[in-house]
Amino acid sequence: MEQVEETLFKIYKKAALCRAFEQEVFRQVENKTVKIPVYLSAGQEYTSATLATFLEQYDKQIFIQHRGHSTYLSFGGDMKQLVYELLGDTRGCANGMGGSASIQSREKQIFGHDGLMGSHVPISTGMCYGNKKLTLCFTGDAAGEEDYSLAAIGWASTKNLPIWYIVEDNNLSILTEKKVRRNWELSNVAGAFNMTNFNIDDNPQHILNCISKHDITKPLLMNVNTNRLFWHAGAGIDDPNTFDRHKQYIEMFGDDVVKESNEIVKEVWSKCLSH
Amino acid sequence: MSITLRDTIKETVRYHLTEEKGLAMGQCLTAVGWVGGTLPELYEEDGMVEISMADVAGGGFAVGAALAGRRPMYVIRYQGFNWFNAPMIINYAAKSKEIWGVPCPMFVRSIAMEGGIGPVAGSSHHALYYRMPGIKIVSPMTPGEYTTAYLDFMNSDDVVYVSEHRGAYGNTEELPNIEYDIPDIVLFPISITRFAAVEASKELEKEGYKVAVHHIVNIKPFNPTDNDRQVLKRARYGIVLDDDYVDGIAKSLAFDLCKGTASEMHVMGLKDKSAGFYPQVDNLPPSKDEIIAKIKEILK
Repeated sequence: MEQVEETLFKIYKKAALCRAFEQEVFRQVENKTVKIPVYLSAGQEYTSATLATFLEQYDKQIFIQHRGHSTYLSFGGDMKQLVYELLGDTRGCANGMGGSASIQSREKQIFGHDGLMGSHVPISTGMCYGNKKLTLCFTGDAAGEEDYSLAAIGWASTKNLPIWYIVEDNNLSILTEKKVRRNWELSNVAGAFNMTNFNIDDNPQHILNCISKHDITKPLLMNVNTNRLFWHAGAGIDDPNTFDRHKQYIEMFGDDVVKESNEIVKEVWSKCLSH
Repeated sequence: MSITLRDTIKETVRYHLTEEKGLAMGQCLTAVGWVGGTLPELYEEDGMVEISMADVAGGGFAVGAALAGRRPMYVIRYQGFNWFNAPMIINYAAKSKEIWGVPCPMFVRSIAMEGGIGPVAGSSHHALYYRMPGIKIVSPMTPGEYTTAYLDFMNSDDVVYVSEHRGAYGNTEELPNIEYDIPDIVLFPISITRFAAVEASKELEKEGYKVAVHHIVNIKPFNPTDNDRQVLKRARYGIVLDDDYVDGIAKSLAFDLCKGTASEMHVMGLKDKSAGFYPQVDNLPPSKDEIIAKIKEILK
């Protein structure tokens, strides 16, 4: 394999595992094994999978949003602990208190979200100020509208902090489209704050093109236009015709990885449910 | 010469920044006045961090710095600004240890003052924090109490809300309880009301009243001593005095204090109205004269 193809294959493997996990959670919600609100990230996994692959060698701290299963898994969060968390078990990654929305991994420096939409944007900025470590803040197109998110992006630019804001822009706040809520783009706001910014789709090659040119020690805002395949919360499908990046990658690399991922996920769930 | 509370705070901040490599964060810290003279003349390279004027985000920046282990002293120049600053402190920092096992220690220096500053900024707003889990609230009014509060913070991994009051910054004295074996009434004052309570007690003593004063410094967790309850039981009457509205901490502490005592509890604090700028429309904490009048009304 060429190096680029090898990188894309790595991304595909990560994304496939995330997808398999979310599909399994979907089933577990349907059959009522999981009885809490879940925020499934299927359709959005290529963003975190790409960044995790690109930044694999860097020491970093990661702040995730409520729809964060794929981010957690992409950056190496323990799957078993995530399952336990969804089951409300104290062996979970947030001691059984975090549910779906407030997951974390101390080992992987992934910090939990407190449920106030977008609060992690200023918190991640403050942590980055405090230790100057490369910080990734995954947020959504709705959370990005919070005034404190905007203020944080502005302060990070002022202080020239090594923080990357990754906006997973699925165009929806529950079901309210972006165009109903605003007539501006977060990338343009970042630009007005003198911050390097991109507004792109979730094609991993496009993401890689942008970040490979960026100085890793400088602030960045990347608005990634992506798609949420399932309901805002719970197991359901709003629009079966939503574009799915994963299908494109299955065509490119075949479905062996998908089968393998499904088996891994099923095995983990089975073990967790039996212990 | 005795050291003032103001200088105690200033030296505590200096020590925190220069010796502990901590941070002090807030708005307009290095402007004229240095927050009522409570900050040393240090700058960003020393850990004195001017943040943007975005209050809600500012609380988040401080929480993040706490996660990074910098033990920030987060300065909120007027307690009323907590309506914007509090969300991430109480919803993230105060819960982080319980939910994620990740301590987020920070020292929230929240400053009250009153008299001619209008409807929002003045007085103490510690009740905002009081109802939430995972936070400690202290209200030191003396040099010794402040030092203790800081040392307790440094020996723990807690989120501490320090309810300061500008009216106490010039104070050099410690405030011991005023005790009587069988008092007529016991005052349990908080924050700046402690000074008025002491004055009221002294003045009423001249008239033959025995007014005990048991100061409240540690508001949350609140652990009344056996002595507090025993004295209250003997007195049969008590008043909790606060610099915040009474529908909050004052009533709650009164409830805690009177358990098992069968004593009659009263509360005094800000009146249930908005404050204006001029004296005739202001809303001030109970004064010495108001406390005296209340005591006489209860005991008549």
